[in-house]
Amino acid sequence: MTVKELTEALSLEVLTMPEPDREITGGYAGDLLSWVMGRARSGDAWVTIMTNMNVVAVASLADTACVVIAEAAEIDAGIVERAESQGINLLRSADPIFAACSRIAAACGL
Amino acid sequence: MTEGIRFHYDVDGDNFTSAGEASVNVKKKLRQMGFDPDVIRRVSIAMYEGEINMVIHADGGEADVEVLSDKIIITLADKGPGIPDIEQAMQEGFSTAPDNIRSLGFGAGMGLPNMKRYTDSLEIESEVGVGTTVRMTVNV
Ligand SMILES: Nc1ncnc2c1ncn2[C@@H]1O[C@H](COP(=O)(O)OP(=O)(O)OP(=O)(O)O)[C@@H](O)[C@H]1O
Ligand SMILES: [Mg+2]
Repeated sequence: MTVKELTEALSLEVLTMPEPDREITGGYAGDLLSWVMGRARSGDAWVTIMTNMNVVAVASLADTACVVIAEAAEIDAGIVERAESQGINLLRSADPIFAACSRIAAACGL
Repeated sequence: MTEGIRFHYDVDGDNFTSAGEASVNVKKKLRQMGFDPDVIRRVSIAMYEGEINMVIHADGGEADVEVLSDKIIITLADKGPGIPDIEQAMQEGFSTAPDNIRSLGFGAGMGLPNMKRYTDSLEIESEVGVGTTVRMTVNV
C-alpha cells in the first residue's frame, strides 16, 4: 500500500506528503532515535511520539516510507517545512501508539 | 588507483536542530553519484550516529568523507573530552548522555553499536582531555 492510500484508509492527518506514492513495506515503532536507526528498515512506516527536528533526519537516513506521529502529539515549529524539503512524508494520528500500529498493520496487510 | 572524491564538514557543537546536516548532505551526494541504496543507507546512518556523538558528547568537530572506487571512508575528529573506556562505550545501552539530551530521543547507548553494525570496519582512537577520532569504512 502506498503512503497516500494509507492516509485515506485511516483518515490520517497529512502534515506534509512530498512522496505520496512511496510503498509501505513494513513498520517500526519507537522513540529512541538510535534504536530506530538500528532496527527500522527502509520502507517502514515509523510510528513515534517523538516530535523534534531530529525525527526528520532519522527518517531521511533510515529511509522510512513515512513518519506517523501518534497521540496527536504537538510538533515543534519548523518540522513540517524541513520534512517537506527533505522529501519526508509526515502524518499524524489521534490514536495511541499501539492502536496506531495495529491499524496500520491491518490496513497494509503487514 | 585514482584519487578519491572528498567532502569536508565542520560540525557545529551547539546546534541541535541542524545536527545531522552533514550526514543528510552526504546521503544526497552519494545518491547523485548513483551508489547502491543499501550502501548509501549504511554510510549515512553510521555517519549520522558519529556526527550526533560529536555534537552531544564533544561540542562538535570535523567530518571527512572520502569516496574511493572500492570503499567509502568516514572520519570524524573532535577535540572533546575523549572516551575513557572504549570497550564499555561500545556496549549496547551504555550512555553518559544527560537528561536534556535524552528527552530528545538520544542516549539509548546504541550509536556506537550501530556504527559497528553498519560498517565494514570501525576504529576509535581517543585520549581523555584531548579528543576522539572515529574512522569507519564501508566497502562498495
Ligand atoms: N565523540 C565522543 N566524545 C566523547 N565521548 C563519546 C563520543 N562518542 C561516544 N562517546 C561516549 O560513548 C558513549 C556511548 O556512545 P553511543 O553513541 O553508543 O551512545 P549515546 O550517544 O550515549 O546514545 P545514542 O547514540 O543511543 O543516542 C556515550 O554516552 C559517551 O559517553
Ligand atoms: Mg550516540
